Amino acid sequence: MKCQNCNNTATVHLTEIKGGKKIEKHLCEQCAAQNEGLAVKSHTPINELLTNFVLAHSGMTTKEQAGQCDACGMSWSEFRQTGLLGCEHDYAQYEKDLTPLLQRAHEGATHHIGKVPTRRGASGVPMKRQIDVSKLRKELARAVESEDYERAAKLRDQIRVAENGGNSAGGNA
Amino acid sequence: MKLSDLTTRAGEWLRGIGPMSEIVISSRMRLARNLAGYRFLTKMSRHQRQQVEGRVRETILSSNISPQTLYVDLENAPDVDRQLLVERHLISKQHAASEGARGVAIGDGESVSIMVNEEDHLRIQVLRSGLQLEEAWEQINGIDDSLEGKLDFAFHSRFGYLTACPTNVGTGIRVSVMLHLPALKLTGEIEKVFRAAKDMRLAVRGLYGEGTEATGDFYQISNQTTLGKTEDEIISDFKHQVIPKIIDYEHHARKTLLNDRTTALDDKVYRALGLLRTARLISSEETLFLLSHLRMGVHLGRVKDIDLRTINELFLLTQPSHLAKLIGRKLEGDQRRAARAEFIRQRLNVN
Repeated sequence: MKCQNCNNTATVHLTEIKGGKKIEKHLCEQCAAQNEGLAVKSHTPINELLTNFVLAHSGMTTKEQAGQCDACGMSWSEFRQTGLLGCEHDYAQYEKDLTPLLQRAHEGATHHIGKVPTRRGASGVPMKRQIDVSKLRKELARAVESEDYERAAKLRDQIRVAENGGNSAGGNA
Repeated sequence: MKLSDLTTRAGEWLRGIGPMSEIVISSRMRLARNLAGYRFLTKMSRHQRQQVEGRVRETILSSNISPQTLYVDLENAPDVDRQLLVERHLISKQHAASEGARGVAIGDGESVSIMVNEEDHLRIQVLRSGLQLEEAWEQINGIDDSLEGKLDFAFHSRFGYLTACPTNVGTGIRVSVMLHLPALKLTGEIEKVFRAAKDMRLAVRGLYGEGTEATGDFYQISNQTTLGKTEDEIISDFKHQVIPKIIDYEHHARKTLLNDRTTALDDKVYRALGLLRTARLISSEETLFLLSHLRMGVHLGRVKDIDLRTINELFLLTQPSHLAKLIGRKLEGDQRRAARAEFIRQRLNVN
């Protein structure tokens, strides 16, 4: 279909109802921007669309419950504007809201399985328990991949026990 | 080592000697780390920011991360020095432009740089010439270990290393390989690279990283996923899947140009050489464009009296802040373009 103003292909289709009358308009991007004040971004990368969708969606469901982080005062809506968190405690504070966002950004992943600090710097707390958990998680990922669901269920329970058995995660700050 | 020493030569990573250096300019790795017990940069007070900067600086300088470490206080550094560091890929554009207590530690022939108080408290970076991902990982992991012995990094058993932006959380690693792909550009097949990268969830960026255009046919390919994979997995994907594929495409395209379109290829290469050896006023954009074609000509043996290293150095040293440092004063407009043209003619042995 051609744009009704010029000869370009029409990619914007508007339906307006004015005084009970239906008016249809078929325009190209430029004409839509000029005449109707509609900025159309047709080449938005899919990642951006998804991120925006997740951000918008999670924002709607959490506004009322979340409030602010006690440690730094960061609110969820503030995070949505900048994309940057305020302190390490935000991860625990907004864990539920962050999870879908992390999944979008990291190919569905929600758990770290990489390097673990051997000790916690000056405080010298050993991190062995966390190493064990991350090892279990790697095994779990492998079990799921090879569709060994019985083993996966066992590993999941072990991880749960290991996580609840130790001190709560989130740093000693 | 002083900052002014940097202007006359290129860093180790630009020597053009690493594996696959005809196509792979450099392998870069960075780790994002934050100190536990301090807020992230967005919510930090001025005082806290100074504290973190001081602590991290002290720790870096007292650690054995490299034989000679230069620390630059960026808050008080002149603008031209900050731009120089951006041109050399030692700091990001954002780090140069931001405000407040911040700095960068540079070591080991510029193969190591640690940005302090950029988006995260620490951004540890290792740069190597050519395709040297495992070597880069070994080096950066060692630096991380030695800093971790003295600093408390924010870490969470589920989320891993905690970063200001959730897109970096987990390993905090970004692996980037800078590729020179002139033949794919000339044959119009560069889209293949974009598609392959997209399929593997990789980002393609320009010469100076985030938000920059691909000038001079340079493309930076980097991972986006930092959570749910080990560092080894991320690196091995690059080493065994992504990069060899793209290198093959480019080699193939260069061969096609050489065998089937020799005259067209030579035309590009010799025009580039002719202009670079004769121009009296030249912009940095045109320089990048011409050097790119010349570099391909050198690799394909069409030009024999110039080596890759000379060209790599020209890419670096013809940038505005480098020229200003070399000449000893700030240059504008035609003055700068004239100085650039003269410098190129000298380096390419013609006066």
